[in-house]
Amino acid sequence: MTGFWLIVRRDVVMAWRQGGDGFMAIMFFLITVTLFPLSVGPESTILARIGAAVVWVAALLATLLSLERMFQSDFEDGSLDLMAITPLSLEAVVLAKCLANWLLTGAPLLLAAPVLAMMLHMDREGLAIFVTAMALGTPSLVFTGAIGAALTVGARRGGVLLTLLVLPLYIPVLIFGVGAVEAAVMGQPAQPHLLVLGGLLLGTLPLGLWASTAALRQALE
Amino acid sequence: MHRFANPKRFLRIAAVVLPWSTALTVALLGLGLYFALLASPADYQQGESVRIMYVHVPAAWMALFVYSCLAAASAVALIWKHPVADLVAKASAPIGACFTFIALATGSIWGKPMWGVWWVWDARLTSVLILFFFYMGHIALTSAFEDASRGERAAAILALVGFINIPVIKWSVDWWNTLHQPASMIRMDGPAIHTSMLAPLLIMAAAFTAYYVTVLILRLRGEILTRKIGALRMTRIQDRQEERTPHMKEV
Amino acid sequence: MNDTKSPSRNAPKAPEAAGADRPPDNGGGLFTGRGLVCVRGGRTVFEGLDFTLKSGDALVLLGPNGSGKSSLLRIMAGLLKPGGGDLLWYGYAVTDDPESHHARQHYVGHLDGLKAAMTVSENLSFWTGLRMGEAPPPGLIRNALDTFGLDHLADFPARMLSAGQKRRLSLARVLASPADLWLLDEPAVALDRESVATLEQAIARHRRRGGMVVVATHSEIALSRAWPLYLDRFAPSSGLAELREDAATALGDGGHKSARASRQEAQP
Repeated sequence: MTGFWLIVRRDVVMAWRQGGDGFMAIMFFLITVTLFPLSVGPESTILARIGAAVVWVAALLATLLSLERMFQSDFEDGSLDLMAITPLSLEAVVLAKCLANWLLTGAPLLLAAPVLAMMLHMDREGLAIFVTAMALGTPSLVFTGAIGAALTVGARRGGVLLTLLVLPLYIPVLIFGVGAVEAAVMGQPAQPHLLVLGGLLLGTLPLGLWASTAALRQALE
Repeated sequence: MHRFANPKRFLRIAAVVLPWSTALTVALLGLGLYFALLASPADYQQGESVRIMYVHVPAAWMALFVYSCLAAASAVALIWKHPVADLVAKASAPIGACFTFIALATGSIWGKPMWGVWWVWDARLTSVLILFFFYMGHIALTSAFEDASRGERAAAILALVGFINIPVIKWSVDWWNTLHQPASMIRMDGPAIHTSMLAPLLIMAAAFTAYYVTVLILRLRGEILTRKIGALRMTRIQDRQEERTPHMKEV
Repeated sequence: MNDTKSPSRNAPKAPEAAGADRPPDNGGGLFTGRGLVCVRGGRTVFEGLDFTLKSGDALVLLGPNGSGKSSLLRIMAGLLKPGGGDLLWYGYAVTDDPESHHARQHYVGHLDGLKAAMTVSENLSFWTGLRMGEAPPPGLIRNALDTFGLDHLADFPARMLSAGQKRRLSLARVLASPADLWLLDEPAVALDRESVATLEQAIARHRRRGGMVVVATHSEIALSRAWPLYLDRFAPSSGLAELREDAATALGDGGHKSARASRQEAQP
């Protein structure tokens, strides 16, 4: 097992044992989505209209929750110091941690999304596009979120600051993700939206890695 | 002491430039407002309410310009670690945020009679709003750490990440169907506005730029002096410790 | 940076007052620092610091708290960029190839890098595997744990360890994979005498095999023929007078008066 996979495995095992992040993020996701039918009323037309948006926003917020702990605990116990001076490059370390984060929050969201879509009376056509859009969008959320997590490592009120920094960066993914589903539901081609989502993923990958690594190096100095 | 060598030179230059830029700001602002409010024609469609354009458009230009300066200063700070560059970014952020806010607010006020709504979620307005959030994030990040220089460096990275937004704002009216007016100034075939309206716009833009320079110098000076006071205090604390317990130096 | 090795070029240029006492350099220093400057929080902690280490050498960092011992170790590890000066390995700048530099060192800082929910051997396997680029053989891990008397705790979660045991686990990491350069920041904190002896023996073995050690320590670790480096001798002379002049020029004439007043007030 190369160093990269050792890091992925460690993060996943740690989260699993501490019963924390992934599980709580999913529960938060489910509860938030449930709040909307309760507050809007059970009419299926309204829910179908806002269903995609609600699930996306809840996914954003759930990802945000898991980001706080992405680098913070490693920073506090000295693990980040040691990871910065392994033969593995710091960019690879960050990529490994992003992958672990996605496995813990993004992948379960993907699995939970269809269930929720049904709860919100979303169409069949919308569902397939929806899952594809989430599969393209959630990794972008992790890469962009990593930037915020790395910038706020060791900061006062780090959690709130993280949200303030990351949410503006999430807006493009949100717009095109919801756009994709709505286009599918209304019978218009969703492909342009999906392509943009794919483009965003290809763009946020290098940007996220570069900015996070630079920010972590600053944090360690 | 190498950290303070350049700021000293800067302070000397600033002392010379400041009175000129202040005078220029006042003069240009006076001239611009005269032309904007009195000497330029009213629009045949919008009447007198078009005059808010003379504040809205230059403010929007400044919002982008200041962010570009901020991003450039951040790049210099990260690459060459120039001490004044960090401070330029830190001092520019609140100024840029104010210009963005003015652009958004005046845009809203202008939009209500023109479009019938205070706000609309089109590409141009949304991306400028995102710019405002980036400014706010930058300000928050610089003061979020015990160690000031850590905050500045983190904010520098954020500034560079957010720079992507600038071209998006500029071309958002071309790339998407928006309610906002398409580009009429910086276009391939030259500006599309008549001189009688163009001149006050440019004068106001120049006035705002002079204002930015003036306030930037003032803020930079304040920042540098704050640092020096802090450093003076630190060395004074160290001196006092040494005087009090010279025998307690461990070896 | 292509520095050819020659005795005169790598000879230490620090005069007697400036720091490490060392015998005449025979040349060919492997790990060298020249004119290193450390700036933390706007304050220059040390400047003009030189050192030269050859195979088998040990460097002991001494000085009061705040003199920059931990910072110097972090600079040597590559975690902290110096405010000036060069760090060289065999004459080549370390910054040219940071990944090789990381591969040739072990760094033990104040913090242990241990995860409470993972077992002792899982923690050690992780760090060793990360360094080696593959999962380490279990025998290697057990040997390292055994040397520091942690073998019986191998399957216990790290949260159950005492401070001393955590420190020993940190140090076991150093034994589990080879490295040319050991950078140890106060390794003997919380260790009992027996463990300190184990550490000393491990360091001695490492040096005999040609390795180098840099240790910052307050407590006593016996190191034979170690070179001391007094960091407080590299502290900048108090820049107080210069700062006052700076403030005076910045504030203009009014500042002059207050600067003069404060100068008088500071004198006893």
